[in-house]
Amino acid sequence: MSLLAEMNEKAHALGIPLSVHIDVTYRCNERCVHCYLDHDDKGEMTTQEIKNVLDQLAEAGVFFLVFSGGEVFMRRDFLELVEYARKLLFNVKVKTNGVMIHEAEAKRLRELGVEQLQLSVYSHRPEVHDAITKLPGSLKRTVNSIKFLKSQGLKVTLSNVLMTVNRQDERGTRALAKQLGVDYTLDPTVTPKMDGDISILRLRVDEENLDELFQDDELVGNVEEYCKPPAPVDEDVMEGYSCSAGHTACYISPYGDVFPCVQFPLPTGNIRRQKFTDIWYDSPQMNEVRSIKVKDLTVCSSCTHAGSCTRCPGLAYMEGSMRGPSTSDCMKSYHRTGIPSANMLRKAAMTSSGPLVQILPMLV
Amino acid sequence: MAETYIAKSTAIAARMLGGEMMIMSAVDSTFFTLNEVATVIWQAADGHTPLSKIVERNICEEFEIEPDVAQRDAEEFVNELSQHGILKVSDHPIADSRTGAQ
Repeated sequence: MSLLAEMNEKAHALGIPLSVHIDVTYRCNERCVHCYLDHDDKGEMTTQEIKNVLDQLAEAGVFFLVFSGGEVFMRRDFLELVEYARKLLFNVKVKTNGVMIHEAEAKRLRELGVEQLQLSVYSHRPEVHDAITKLPGSLKRTVNSIKFLKSQGLKVTLSNVLMTVNRQDERGTRALAKQLGVDYTLDPTVTPKMDGDISILRLRVDEENLDELFQDDELVGNVEEYCKPPAPVDEDVMEGYSCSAGHTACYISPYGDVFPCVQFPLPTGNIRRQKFTDIWYDSPQMNEVRSIKVKDLTVCSSCTHAGSCTRCPGLAYMEGSMRGPSTSDCMKSYHRTGIPSANMLRKAAMTSSGPLVQILPMLV
Repeated sequence: MAETYIAKSTAIAARMLGGEMMIMSAVDSTFFTLNEVATVIWQAADGHTPLSKIVERNICEEFEIEPDVAQRDAEEFVNELSQHGILKVSDHPIADSRTGAQ
């Protein structure tokens, strides 16, 4: 076990929030077609309020801090917040579209000791990327920003979201990352909007695209290992948890709302009215999330994939129940291994069976 | 003999976790955990207290370790962390050092 994994286990056992993702704004200079956010400012935390949150997070034991948005550089005080976070010795990662990062910003981020920057790029072709961001010239600006950051020796990851509108460019985007000398991540997850609007789910790629991804050793490493059938489910699996949400990680919105994860819109408290540790340790919602073991899951506890599935409890929550299945993860498990999930079998049985009551004509 | 002064690097992330200090270098992402004794030295690395004084005051007295052994171990620890850029080491007091992890 790596040292980092050991620390995660220790934090889990002690109930320490090792990682926090904080969105400092929902405002953005891009209008990406797949974005789930409402970009209006509904009363963001002030500089001082965020500094106070950071003090509380440091005191609570948070080590990994992700600054994201919206676009973080829409806040004029963003570098001041990073400086404050680094003085508190957080490991800082920044998610940005990069279009406002020039040489001076890149230099400052390096001076402040930011660990890593993740920049969103959806295509190597401006006509595709700019159509997704709805900001003309955005690909050129983001690529320039990556070059500025790389020239400062900063670690950069190019982050792509696979959608119907850019799937044909995936290999080209990956090649662009290689050409720029940066890491590359690809996520096929498109989530409903915060207001519940599910219209953007039409951007999700077809299932056959998942098959292609999971057979690509550049993306998944050892394909045979990655796609192998799941190991038998044992007691350790049943006593385990889905993910770190609410256990060693949580999310804070620009308005101070605290959630188990950025992808888990269950409100657990507000840091403007409560102390962070009061929410983390005492919120009934947070305690409910962390009480759920695999054996408590309504469908997934009987699934052959229970020990290896990437089941997201936040997506399950958005589907109707935090104890229920997350269908998009069921599909990933199926396309990875070729073995249908319990949820898929259940749905198939429900649609293929005859009516519950049959009325037959009386034969005389 | 010249004194050794130690200060925490600015290019690190650090936090206490259950009595151990976690440290990650922002330069090469190397991850360390320090045991209880090493954590005490780390926390005392203020740039102006000589290492010998830290050993005498914070290690020998607190952990009942022989001074020679404690000094030798502390020097090895300081050398290792300085090689990874985690600690700054000088034979003069070091200005502008951080106040330490929470």
